[in-house]
Amino acid sequence: MATQSRTELLAAYRTMATMRAFEERMHIEFAGGGVPGFVHLYAGQEASAAGVCANLTDHDVLLNTHRAHGPAIARGADIFAVAKEIYCRGEGLCRGRGGSAHLHDTKNGLWAANSGVGSGVALGCGAALAARTRGTGGIAVALVGDGAVNQGVVSEGLNLASIWKLPLVVVVENNGYGEATAAGYAIAGGGIARRAEAFDMPGVQVDGSDYFAVFEAAAAAAERARRGKGPSLIEVEVTRFFGHFEGDAQTYRSRDEAERARRERDCLANFRRTVVAEGILDAGELDLVDTDVADLIDRVYAEAEAAPYPPDDELMEFIYADSL
Amino acid sequence: MAMKTYRQAINEAIVGEMRRDADVILMGEDVAGGAGGSGEDDAWGGPLGVTKGLLSEFGPGRVLDTPISEAGFIGAAIGAAASGLRPVVDLMFNDFVGVCFDQVVNQAAKYRYMFGGQDQIPLTIRTMIGAGLSISSQHSQSLYPVFSYFAGLKVLVPSSPYDAKGLLTSAIRDNDPVIFCEHKLLYDMTEDVPDEGYAIPLGEASLLREGGDVTVVALSRMVHVASDAAAILAREGIETDLLDPRTTTPLDTESILESVEATGRLVIVDESGPRCGMASDIAALVAEEGFGDLRAPIVKVTPPHVPIPAAPNLEALYVPDVNRVLDAVRRVVAY
Ligand SMILES: Cc1ncc(C[n+]2csc(CCOP(=O)(O)OP(=O)(O)O)c2C)c(N)n1
Ligand SMILES: [Mg+2]
Repeated sequence: MATQSRTELLAAYRTMATMRAFEERMHIEFAGGGVPGFVHLYAGQEASAAGVCANLTDHDVLLNTHRAHGPAIARGADIFAVAKEIYCRGEGLCRGRGGSAHLHDTKNGLWAANSGVGSGVALGCGAALAARTRGTGGIAVALVGDGAVNQGVVSEGLNLASIWKLPLVVVVENNGYGEATAAGYAIAGGGIARRAEAFDMPGVQVDGSDYFAVFEAAAAAAERARRGKGPSLIEVEVTRFFGHFEGDAQTYRSRDEAERARRERDCLANFRRTVVAEGILDAGELDLVDTDVADLIDRVYAEAEAAPYPPDDELMEFIYADSL
Repeated sequence: MAMKTYRQAINEAIVGEMRRDADVILMGEDVAGGAGGSGEDDAWGGPLGVTKGLLSEFGPGRVLDTPISEAGFIGAAIGAAASGLRPVVDLMFNDFVGVCFDQVVNQAAKYRYMFGGQDQIPLTIRTMIGAGLSISSQHSQSLYPVFSYFAGLKVLVPSSPYDAKGLLTSAIRDNDPVIFCEHKLLYDMTEDVPDEGYAIPLGEASLLREGGDVTVVALSRMVHVASDAAAILAREGIETDLLDPRTTTPLDTESILESVEATGRLVIVDESGPRCGMASDIAALVAEEGFGDLRAPIVKVTPPHVPIPAAPNLEALYVPDVNRVLDAVRRVVAY
């Protein structure tokens, strides 16, 4: 089943465990009042970004969303700089200018976590066009949520990607809600994946609690893009374990929805069960990863909290590339 | 009369107008609490709970949750307004006007004029402005000068619960498109607000403090910053005329010019930017029409010309504070 090596699978587990532990800790720290701004946690959705990013190279670009922490970690951004950005510190990925929802790391091919939901699809068309024009061999992967799918820019971007046969993969992380509004209410046309048909591109739906399903769908779409066959869309079905943002009382969903997902649709538990049952990895080495990750997360948060804010005299920096 | 928050005052204005007039409808993301979920109905009332309770009273026919499709639903609201409804639409953060700018400035603003006065567009767009929550530059801007640029739009910037209720009531009763700018740091501010409905006429500034030494014009949350500064200045013997225009279109130019005529000095405190902003606009007005009254240069207290940073220390440098107002006033008085 798995087309990845033992080492790669162990790395995938480490990535997902790191994403999870990072968010579980963020949940606590935010409640404690130490984190500025709004935060949107990715817990429950890890297999999506991990399965996608395992197919990306240094030449590729991942367009991030406002639910930005997990994808940033999966793409290989420095986790210390990720945490510092969320804490708005000067050594953060964006030097404290962007915060939680705007994680961006050009050198690692992580782009433009955004408060304009859906804009990644259009920006991704541009990244894909540039990759093709300049012959880098790279592709672009745009993450968007189910809610963002109803932005005009997403339809416009899908159309553009299709007529230009761009090396773009659009990954729709369907966690069932855009803020408090259910996807089932908001989305016409028999589901997200079916919208791809209208734009002449393959559209598949995969179970986001299954790392392997995501990995394989992303591998096929990435391969198609790299071969110049054009864009694809993947709808990844996930459940977010926390609220839309921290502080959300979540009364719009039933009390046990997230709890049930934690019990039955936990991508980390599913991954562990599969690799152990198939004899690919053993429980002991996964436990070791967990211990390692716990230690890493302690260090990451301690360092981020202690880090200084950006210098006051830098307020006016980074506005223009060529000074006025 | 009871103590009410800015949030409650806004909710009451909408409820009052929806009870009064069956043509008033409400739409926006999560305004009906978040439709279709597995939990309670009427859960959210928009992300900050402002419209909570409306679905229960008025039902899903008049309180509509929308997909995240601002161009679509604001365009639809314009069409509904042209057809006789009086939609109140929630744009959430004013920064999102980026994705529906055409609907707001080319459709709503021009529909009446360009079609020769055949139609009216009784539309109210509620939207949040203001920095101070460390949520960076796509969530913190104050774009009322952008809206004010466009003839055909009316623009309201209430600074208190009382004004919020009275101005929103007027907005909904008004027959033109109105952009109602709610400052997100004011939602929990309380004051006495009448239970019954009342309308504050558009284009009437409120004189919050009478002085005579200097005119300070401040908008939205900056009214409170300016008011704190005025209290400190009074102890130094500097008496301030503090004017809150409350609406930028129509703008109560008369009250501003009258005050400057008496004081000869003008400081404008504005959270929108220093270029092409309301402070520049008001400064230009007084330079043109009140030049002879001025005894000192006009001083604008605004943020610098930079996107809004997330880091709390940088954001605090961005937003005008009491000290910057004190400096400005002392400067014009000493001139
Ligand atoms: C253009 C625009 N409209 C509204 C919002 C406010 N907003 C922020 S996140 C969000 C929900 C997005 O839902 P979805 O795309 O499903 O992503 P999720 O939060 O579920 O990951 C909304 C409406 C926004 N950021 N941008
Ligand atoms: Mg969603």
